[in-house]
Amino acid sequence: MYELVAPRDVFGSTLVEIGKVNERLFVVNADLSAATKTDKFRAEFGERFINVGISEQNMVGVAAGLARVGFIPVISTFACFAPGRCYDQIRQSIAYTNLNVKIASTHPGLAVGVDGATHQSLDDLALMRALPNMTVLAPSDQVQTRKAVLKAVEHEGPVYLRIGRMECPVFFREEMEFEIGKAYILREGADVSLIAHGSMVGVIYEAAQILAEKGIQARVIDMPTLKPLDREAIIQAAQETKAIVTAEDHFLCGGLYSAVCEVVAGLAPVRGVAVRDRFGESGTPAELYKKYGLTSDNVVEEVFHALY
Amino acid sequence: MNESTVAQLRKIALQVRLDCINIQRLVGSGHLGGSLSAVELLVYLYFFRMKIDPQRPWAEERDVFILSKGHASLGYYSVLARRGFFPVDELKTYRRINSRLQGHTQMDSAPGIECSSGSLGQGLSFGLGMALGYKKRGLPNLVYVMVGDGELQEGQIWEAIILQSRLSLDNLILIIDQNHLQLDDYVRNVAGDENYLERFRAFGFHAIGTNGHDFLEIDRAFREVRPGRANVIIADTVKGKGISFMENEIAWHAKKLSAEEYEAALAELKMEEASLCMN
Repeated sequence: MYELVAPRDVFGSTLVEIGKVNERLFVVNADLSAATKTDKFRAEFGERFINVGISEQNMVGVAAGLARVGFIPVISTFACFAPGRCYDQIRQSIAYTNLNVKIASTHPGLAVGVDGATHQSLDDLALMRALPNMTVLAPSDQVQTRKAVLKAVEHEGPVYLRIGRMECPVFFREEMEFEIGKAYILREGADVSLIAHGSMVGVIYEAAQILAEKGIQARVIDMPTLKPLDREAIIQAAQETKAIVTAEDHFLCGGLYSAVCEVVAGLAPVRGVAVRDRFGESGTPAELYKKYGLTSDNVVEEVFHALY
Repeated sequence: MNESTVAQLRKIALQVRLDCINIQRLVGSGHLGGSLSAVELLVYLYFFRMKIDPQRPWAEERDVFILSKGHASLGYYSVLARRGFFPVDELKTYRRINSRLQGHTQMDSAPGIECSSGSLGQGLSFGLGMALGYKKRGLPNLVYVMVGDGELQEGQIWEAIILQSRLSLDNLILIIDQNHLQLDDYVRNVAGDENYLERFRAFGFHAIGTNGHDFLEIDRAFREVRPGRANVIIADTVKGKGISFMENEIAWHAKKLSAEEYEAALAELKMEEASLCMN
């Protein structure tokens, strides 16, 4: 069994791993390397690391320019700052140009906890999903995060990576291959499909166990790619089970729930567990997940709404 | 720079101004004011200073020009076409459906277009990234970035200026097209003090002032660029330059030429053309 490790720690060590074999990797930081764990990369490859200062908009442009001359820049900050602080810069200088920049943002969602609403990005997936040319990944555990970072760097073109901060259980096995655009079924079930990404994968897995005790068999789907979506997996879920319930640490608007609805509108009932139309606040992640309705009990409740 | 080069560059500049009014009249839109203020600077860069080969627009060893003030695309595309990056005839497609010449620039949509701009304030960061990348790779390429004086109100520009004052990348040359006007008003009424030479010096830049329409002056300014320093050339220009009724007029930021205005502008430029040919 794995120890519980925060995905951001794995992110930092994976950059070092890639840096050793790929001389084009360049890490661009806006004064948060200790928090996003890119300081490990700086220690090993100082020549391919820059702290541009507390200037996220500038960071995006600098990364785009580095990509234009052949580097593979990874920009790293909190999700509230990229895309939050620099959406227009990402739109014009990275997405419209289709440049090979990886935006790796840590500290997403309510899971940020005590820092409060200013730091809880609940709209990042909506923003990034809306942009043409952008690939959007939200891996869950440490194993999947490492593989997603490797694939993101391998992928030619802009990628947004949402990297969790909370320690979470491991579902993704070391021998599994991570593919961009692929969903992973963690548990089979014919009654309802539960779909989540990132920190909420553990929550829906727990919900499936609760449902099983109540005689409801849930299919548990880990959907680490928000764009391009695994449409086939979603349509199958709509056809082979009676309803879909999505769960995410993000606003209901624009994230996984929206993405799934766009695919199955009319095909199946879909309900979403997510943050409704309001800002978060300070608290521990567990307290916030409870208060804002992101628990396994909330998932179970939505399943009952969907089925009965 | 000798006299015959100056004469030749002036003829090209005049041709670019003719393109600007012809194309704007034809397609019915485009930003004349800020295109006309930048003509001599662009002609100087593309026909005299930069190491470029229009036959190999993506050559690794090329110098790069970043037009951060993307609304000046009208004049910029004319310069690229006249330099041979794409056919002059293609200028007629400007801003039209299925064109490579978008209303504001799109990187690589046509040969020679080095960045996407239109949302102001982003070009200097992009140029800094390129200049940093070239330095890291040990390559001698030079990067030129043109920013408008109104554009200096964007916060991102100053983020980039702070970074450049620390890095002092001397393979990056920032050019300010200081035409003193912006869409709504005079820059001084919006942003106050216009002494950018002093401001840039306070940020540690080697700041060089010049007239932005006199080729000899422009050349002198570029030859004053110093190694090992963050360099900026602040070019004093006239918005709407070359057409008397547009010069220094707020209204001509993006105004559409009427038939009468077009004829009047054409007559002025033709007169200028005749006098250039006699010299």
